[in-house]
Amino acid sequence: MANKEMVRVEKLNKAFGELHVLKNVDLRVEESNVVVLIGASGSGKSTLLRCLNFLEFKDDGRIFIEGEQVEKETHNLNEIRQRVGMVFQHFNLFPHKTVLENVIEAPIIVKRTPKNNAIEEGKALLNKVGLGDKYDAYPSTLSGGQKQRVAIARSLAMKPEVMLFDEPTSALDPELVGEVLTTMKELADEGMTMVVVTHEMGFAREVGDWVMYMHDGKIVEYGRPQELFDHPKEQRTKEFLGSIL
Amino acid sequence: MSHILDVFIESLPLFMEGLKITLYLSTASLLIALIIGLFFAILKISTIKPLEWIADAYIWIIRGTPLIVQIFVLYYGITEIVLINAFWAGAIGLAVHSGAYIAEIIRGSIQSIEKGQMEAGRSLGMTKVQTMRKIILPQAFRRAVPSLGNQFIIGIKDSSLVSFIGAQELFGVSSSLGSNSFDFLTFYSVAAVYYLFIVLVLSVIVNRIEKRLARSD
Ligand SMILES: Nc1ncnc2c1ncn2[C@@H]1O[C@H](COP(=O)(O)OP(=O)(O)OP(=O)(O)O)[C@@H](O)[C@H]1O
Ligand SMILES: [Mg+2]
Repeated sequence: MANKEMVRVEKLNKAFGELHVLKNVDLRVEESNVVVLIGASGSGKSTLLRCLNFLEFKDDGRIFIEGEQVEKETHNLNEIRQRVGMVFQHFNLFPHKTVLENVIEAPIIVKRTPKNNAIEEGKALLNKVGLGDKYDAYPSTLSGGQKQRVAIARSLAMKPEVMLFDEPTSALDPELVGEVLTTMKELADEGMTMVVVTHEMGFAREVGDWVMYMHDGKIVEYGRPQELFDHPKEQRTKEFLGSIL
Repeated sequence: MSHILDVFIESLPLFMEGLKITLYLSTASLLIALIIGLFFAILKISTIKPLEWIADAYIWIIRGTPLIVQIFVLYYGITEIVLINAFWAGAIGLAVHSGAYIAEIIRGSIQSIEKGQMEAGRSLGMTKVQTMRKIILPQAFRRAVPSLGNQFIIGIKDSSLVSFIGAQELFGVSSSLGSNSFDFLTFYSVAAVYYLFIVLVLSVIVNRIEKRLARSD
């Protein structure tokens, strides 16, 4: 039986001025799957993710979220973004708010969750990502790994159906990468649907259900991690894997 | 020196009245100026061209003309339409003036907030306005505190010009006392002491606020 489809992209095109960044990209993500997106710098990975939660607008093509075609003209994108969470490379925590305030802000003002409930849920999420002792700390006092876990909790607080991660560990010191990947793996194990841009091939192999290699705005190869990493079909994929391993 | 001290004590009740009016005038005008400044700052970052032009024109006019001219034009302009006393005409004149500078301060600090903050808010489903209000503006105001404090100090000193349309604030009081006694030097010197005192207190307050805000960064 086919799993429920969470995200589908058909013939997505996007240009910044003269620069054609996404070229006829197709993508399909099923419920509870983890799709890992790899590719060289500038290949369009971030742009693809940003189109998926409408921080960037496609030029043409179609984007379906849970089977429904979404267009900026006809849909309330704020409502769509609640369902598609995003974790950024540089965390983008709110520096003037405590860790707990970071997590409860959006549920309170967007979903109108009563403050007490939001606090309760926020604390539970922070406990889950291992930051039960940091509710009242300000982001500036946290390590990079802790910041990224707060950002994950903040995103989860909106109870998204899909989570997008754009190089969530690239800004971290090597010794802090593991704690964030562990949190992400736990999320995947709980059945979260995830699209992850990362250079962590170990994570891609272990947690990814599918891996997509992107080059110059096109999906060059798509497959199970084992196939793609051990027996890449395309010459470009081989070269890319050779260059990073 | 003891002469100045005597004069200082004798004139204390009158100067206290003047001080009160200076403080009310500055406070009222600065509060209005903050609202005007925020409004035009938002016009400037709206990315809607006609709105940007309106803000540009306002800032250009205010920066390009002397404050005393603005006060007179506003005073005579407003009194053509409604009866208004020198205090409120002056407060509005000062506010319209500081508002232009405050608009630039606020615009600069809003634009200095990292792009990722707006994106983080939007990615959580917050609207542009919600993110502006809850995420961007609070941070922008913090960043603007030193410059706003500076502008407030300028505003307090500028309030002396309102005496020219008849407000009996510090400078007005010292002018009256000076012309009654022909001892202008003494009374203007006393006025200077009052201004120095207000500015000193305000500087200390702004400093405190800066320190407190720095704690969360
Ligand atoms: N807002 C923008 N305006 C203009 N050009 C942009 C913009 N965003 C991205 N680009 C360009 O589009 C191309 C693809 O960028 P994108 O950020 O999607 O790449 P990426 O695969 O995520 O790379 P990286 O690994 O460096 O993050 C790059 O050449 C980039 O300079
Ligand atoms: Mg990127």
